Amino acid sequence: MIAFVVNGEPRSLEVEGRTLLVHALRDGLALTGAHIGCDTSQCGACTVLMEGRAVKSCTVLAQQADGREITTIEGLSGNGEMHPLQRAFVEHHGLQCGFCTPGVILTAADLLSRTASPSDDEIRHALRGNLCRCTGYQGIVESIRAAGAAS
Amino acid sequence: MIPAATRFARASDLDHALELLAEPDAKAIAGGQSLVPVMKLRIARPSLVVDISRLELRGIEERDGSLHIGPLTTWDELIEAASLARPALAAIAECARGIGDLQVRNLGTIGGSVVHADPASDMPAVLLALGARLQLRSPAGARDVALGEILVGPFLTTLGPQELVTDIVVPLPAPGSGSAYAAVEHPASGFALAGAAALVTPEGEAVALTGVGATPFVLPAGDLREAIAGAEVFGDRFASEEYRRELAVVVADRALASARERAKEDA
Repeated sequence: MIAFVVNGEPRSLEVEGRTLLVHALRDGLALTGAHIGCDTSQCGACTVLMEGRAVKSCTVLAQQADGREITTIEGLSGNGEMHPLQRAFVEHHGLQCGFCTPGVILTAADLLSRTASPSDDEIRHALRGNLCRCTGYQGIVESIRAAGAAS
Repeated sequence: MIPAATRFARASDLDHALELLAEPDAKAIAGGQSLVPVMKLRIARPSLVVDISRLELRGIEERDGSLHIGPLTTWDELIEAASLARPALAAIAECARGIGDLQVRNLGTIGGSVVHADPASDMPAVLLALGARLQLRSPAGARDVALGEILVGPFLTTLGPQELVTDIVVPLPAPGSGSAYAAVEHPASGFALAGAAALVTPEGEAVALTGVGATPFVLPAGDLREAIAGAEVFGDRFASEEYRRELAVVVADRALASARERAKEDA
């Protein structure tokens, strides 16, 4: 049994020793915004925040998250309002198919929490662990830059 | 991919961790960024995963002329550490910045990486060039070893099954020193095809290589080209032996040049 805070709510869940965090979130808590892309710690589609830091939930055992605070894409917006990053992705064509987007946005949220107005180089360095196969990154970088400037 | 069935236990302190590791197929987990991938491939099938991540073995402090790095310190914490900003120690954060990606650096630990003993891992080269030693603890007691002594082969160390790293100790270089890390990475995996760390002090220069041999290693003193020509270097489908040897010269030159520049700025 693990107990953790997910998107601000205390949750507890029966998990095996081998259960991956992404499975606990998707299958246990129906939070399907964390996507399973490559399942090998490369594509970053499964990225969530643990204690405010981006982690790949396919490469974290659920038990490692016991007692921790987790934020998934579902928890980023509040009161029906989009998060500034989500709004910027809409406005600056930061997504096309959207599969990688939750992970990209949460990685960007980690970056912006440390560096309010990152340079394009800093944005690209932070995105190294997130693969996008359709927008070609330029729109993503512009979206994150805009969200940083807006905050 | 789902790991083989395993149990999970959280260690409350170091002694508890060592006790839990008495189980023959137990494996310690810190950040899990090397262990979880190999568990998912079922290359590692521990019967018990012992979580040591919440032990008090993290942080960086200077004490008695040495830098003490807690093995649970993450790559991200190394990058952010103000105490590592001086030119003599610049290789540490420079190297950490290039490891994995943001997500991996948020969880991956320096101690976990060192004992995972990947022959192409970056930080062991830096620690070797800086002359780092490891403090180890097992039920038999404590021991102090040079890093080079425990790295014996690819993914192979001389650590006992019930032995954990408790401290990574780096002697503080004399004033007027500089260090640097340079690597040419495989573009997909990010692992070094050849990586070199250099330390330049008023007394001399040291270079350590990674990604080219069975383990990261320190080059013998003397002419760089000759030392690399005499080293045991392997070739694989990504880089032939000849090409890797040439890359080693290139990255060693880059690291040395950068470390020499930094030494001029070190007070």
